[in-house]
Amino acid sequence: MDTTVTTGEKQNVWGGANQPLDASYGKMMMWFFILSDALTFSGFLCAYGFSRFKFMETWPIADEVFTHVPFFHGNFPMYYVAFMTFILIMSSVTMVLAVDAGHKMQKNRVIWYMFMTIIGGIIFVGSQAWEWGTFIKGSYGAVETKGGRILQFVDAESGHQVAIADFAKEIASERTAHERKNGIWFTKEGTLPTYTVNEVAEGFKSNSNLLVRTETINEHGHKTVLSREESLKKLMSASQVVEGANLIHNEYGSRLFADFFFFITGFHGFHVFSGIVINIVIFFNVIVGTYEKRRSYEMVEKVGLYWHFVDLVWVFVFTFFYLV
Amino acid sequence: MAHEQKLEIFRGLLKFKSNVGKIWGVLIFLSIITAIEVALGIVRPAFLVDSIVLGMKPLNWIFIILTLVKAYYIAWDFMHLRDENKFLRRSIVWTPIFLVLYLAFILLVEGNYIHEVYKVGFMKWNF
Repeated sequence: MDTTVTTGEKQNVWGGANQPLDASYGKMMMWFFILSDALTFSGFLCAYGFSRFKFMETWPIADEVFTHVPFFHGNFPMYYVAFMTFILIMSSVTMVLAVDAGHKMQKNRVIWYMFMTIIGGIIFVGSQAWEWGTFIKGSYGAVETKGGRILQFVDAESGHQVAIADFAKEIASERTAHERKNGIWFTKEGTLPTYTVNEVAEGFKSNSNLLVRTETINEHGHKTVLSREESLKKLMSASQVVEGANLIHNEYGSRLFADFFFFITGFHGFHVFSGIVINIVIFFNVIVGTYEKRRSYEMVEKVGLYWHFVDLVWVFVFTFFYLV
Repeated sequence: MAHEQKLEIFRGLLKFKSNVGKIWGVLIFLSIITAIEVALGIVRPAFLVDSIVLGMKPLNWIFIILTLVKAYYIAWDFMHLRDENKFLRRSIVWTPIFLVLYLAFILLVEGNYIHEVYKVGFMKWNF
């Protein structure tokens, strides 16, 4: 930090007075970090593209996966993510305003804008947590075939997806979750789905207006819906009921989609979280007057660079996960 | 502030009186682009989805180009790259562009190849 607070006394080149490319030491290092982090994220997104190209015809359609908005019921593709994007851009703006106020040595305005930035970041991370929760919980439920493919259920007339809870038949069964205390002691299984495959299949048979929708995308960019006969035949190969998504099963389709969703948005969310923590540290430094004493608010600029980078990454994640 | 701040965007088409004015101007521009993206994402106009241009739907090309435009203004105006030394800017920008283009090319070609293998190979994957 010595080099950034030079107060005019002459230092020689070896003492750090020389600034390559007109950038101070700290700023240059922040750019080094940002560049390497950008390459990490690019690696993730390229890996996502690789897997997506591999399963081009069966990849889930984001518009049909992320359709929820908090406090509202219904089908709202994209709206909430758009809101999140806007929040993050907004907090980027308050950050850049804080940097600008820092250049003018206006301490109170820096404090105010930093505060707004932190609030924006918290709203964003909260929204992401909610989005994760919704994704993990799932919306309609589906069955998985022996080959690991997902079969969803749609209404024959409207074409809308139908939740398995709406048609599955209650059949009394002896089957209970296998825990250590009631079965083999050295192994156990997770929570059982609410319905068994048999219950779903029986319910499907007695509701003649239901059809099965497969993962395959047809030439119009929609998921293929099977005829009633094909649906009944296909349902025979079902091996388990899937509700929601985790790293192993995903009711929305390809499990890799869920894996990449958790990994990439999780890694980005972690960046936002650490950005908030760093912002809070700098925020208190500004309040106690550290940078006022240094006569330089460059630290705000450096943390700002990181914060904008997080925003920049989100722009790409938004495009490749939700739009394309 | 050691550096002078450049206050015009769109290659000088729009010039702001102050840095703060420029920030708000860029925000409005970024919001408009995001709004266009979201609107296109919800409507998905048929003529942009049903054809293929350079191996991808035109809509996806539009999304990627708009994303790069957004990235440009975030880096140039929010991250102050516009005010930095020219060669600092170039080393920051061209390094990832070169590496990412290379990686994306390799991985997408490979993914496409595996897709073909799954499709025409003798193994049955969906049973």
